[in-house]
Amino acid sequence: MMTGLPALFYKELLRFWKVVVQTVVAPVVTALLYLLIFSHVLEAHVEVYPGVSYTSFLVPGLVMMSMLQNAFSNSSSSLIQSKMTGNIVFVLLPPLSYLEFFLAYLGASILRGLIVGLGVWAVTLWFAPWQMPHPGWLLAYALLACAIMGALGIVAGIWAEKYDQLAAFQNFLILPLTFLSGVFYSIHSLPPFWQAISHANPVFYLIDGFRYAFVGQSDTDPWLGLLVASACFVAISALTLALLKSGYKLRY
Amino acid sequence: MSLASPAIHVSDLRKRFRTTQALDGVSLDIQPGEFFGLLGPNGAGKTTLISILAGLARADSGHAAIMGHDVVRDYRQARRALGVVPQELVYDPFFNVRETLRIQSGYFGLRHNDGWIDEIMHHLDLVPHADKNTQSLSGGMKRRLLVAQALVHKPPVIVLDEPTAGVDVDLRRSLWEFISRLNREGHTILLTTHYLEEAEALCGRIAMLKSGRIVACDTTRNLLQLTNEHCAQLRLDAEAVPAAWQTRLLRDADGCWRINFSEYLELETLLADLRSADVRVLEMRLQEPDLEDVFTDIMKRT
Repeated sequence: MMTGLPALFYKELLRFWKVVVQTVVAPVVTALLYLLIFSHVLEAHVEVYPGVSYTSFLVPGLVMMSMLQNAFSNSSSSLIQSKMTGNIVFVLLPPLSYLEFFLAYLGASILRGLIVGLGVWAVTLWFAPWQMPHPGWLLAYALLACAIMGALGIVAGIWAEKYDQLAAFQNFLILPLTFLSGVFYSIHSLPPFWQAISHANPVFYLIDGFRYAFVGQSDTDPWLGLLVASACFVAISALTLALLKSGYKLRY
Repeated sequence: MSLASPAIHVSDLRKRFRTTQALDGVSLDIQPGEFFGLLGPNGAGKTTLISILAGLARADSGHAAIMGHDVVRDYRQARRALGVVPQELVYDPFFNVRETLRIQSGYFGLRHNDGWIDEIMHHLDLVPHADKNTQSLSGGMKRRLLVAQALVHKPPVIVLDEPTAGVDVDLRRSLWEFISRLNREGHTILLTTHYLEEAEALCGRIAMLKSGRIVACDTTRNLLQLTNEHCAQLRLDAEAVPAAWQTRLLRDADGCWRINFSEYLELETLLADLRSADVRVLEMRLQEPDLEDVFTDIMKRT
């Protein structure tokens, strides 16, 4: 017997693709603006790693930041919209298991994150020379980052009952985690206290490891980052699956 | 699925929301092919019962099954056997009508279902709107789309939760023609509605819910016999009626006299007294007891 997983996955893809200007083009343009401003101001003054220009340092951080934010947005906004408009019943009435539900929303979030990341990377090629010493790490970190944020987006979308609750989740958790993670700087330039805090931020490892794939240099060992990111994904997925299985805020 | 299984089986179902006992031990069997009505005032537990059958809510205790499939343990089979038209007029504004139906069909694992989708759209007059975004549909068309979505996987059991609320007369009529046809073709229909004349005309059997309990459950014919309160409306050529009838006959605003009676003999006596008093009947209308009278009576008594 065929399952409903492909249909739900397809629906989630079609949903963001129908508003591609908002879901893909806009984040690419935003990242481009960051790049233009920061690289213009800091290029001549900052060299984070020896032999690596500031623009080359910034590009992987911006690509990763865009992927993180858009993977989160995809699942969270889809779920909150469905809950607010009531059309969530369309996916609750069919024989979809909680695992299929999870995989469909997660898969679509990963894909949107990767498409946006690819778009940001493509436009930054005009500003920084092509280099990719470790493509394997790039793929591993890109997938893990989008998966973590996609799963976290499902949690936020299920938990939030109003748009402002979701905005709070985004503004007070996701945004600080991504901005305070070394997108624009190396954490070695921070005072020791903030360095220690940064090491507790899982997003830092995602950006640091992803940057390693681009420039071959990083603040920490990419294997450690992979371990932290994998543990993070397992923990958030377990939480998401437990919420979905219990029907929390979906089935009363 | 067993051949002997009822289409819908509910036994001792209980559900509490904080301080409200939404369902308080509801038991019910609906046989395959029935057109069954579920009536009750707002807050009686109708939607909660439907939500439990559909898997949208979980019962605190008790058991529910669709075509013999437990709605919790065997939820995949139970949901495949059930099509639900929700009460709220919900739609997904990202998609057009055809996309909505294809996606809904896919949720049930049906990939190549365009033949059936075209047929449902044809019967529900949705074909001219197939490529329209759901947001641009009128309320009536959105309601039709909800019905189409509920039927997309050809469920043997169809639940309609107040499907005609806020729907115009034409749509209501065409909707009932279609639903009645599905019933004739063997689908079991469970209907909740506030329009009691609809339930009376369509349902073979009716259950009435009040405060989470079933207070009446019988064939529509038997329920209608529970009350023998008839009503007659008379227009007379006099301004006064014989003294013996002054308390029984009530005058309407338009000058007609109205009397409630249980035996036709009472009416015969009234007419004889009117003749004796030289009062002539210019016009007379008789009203048989309807489901609304029965419903009101049962809700008052229980």
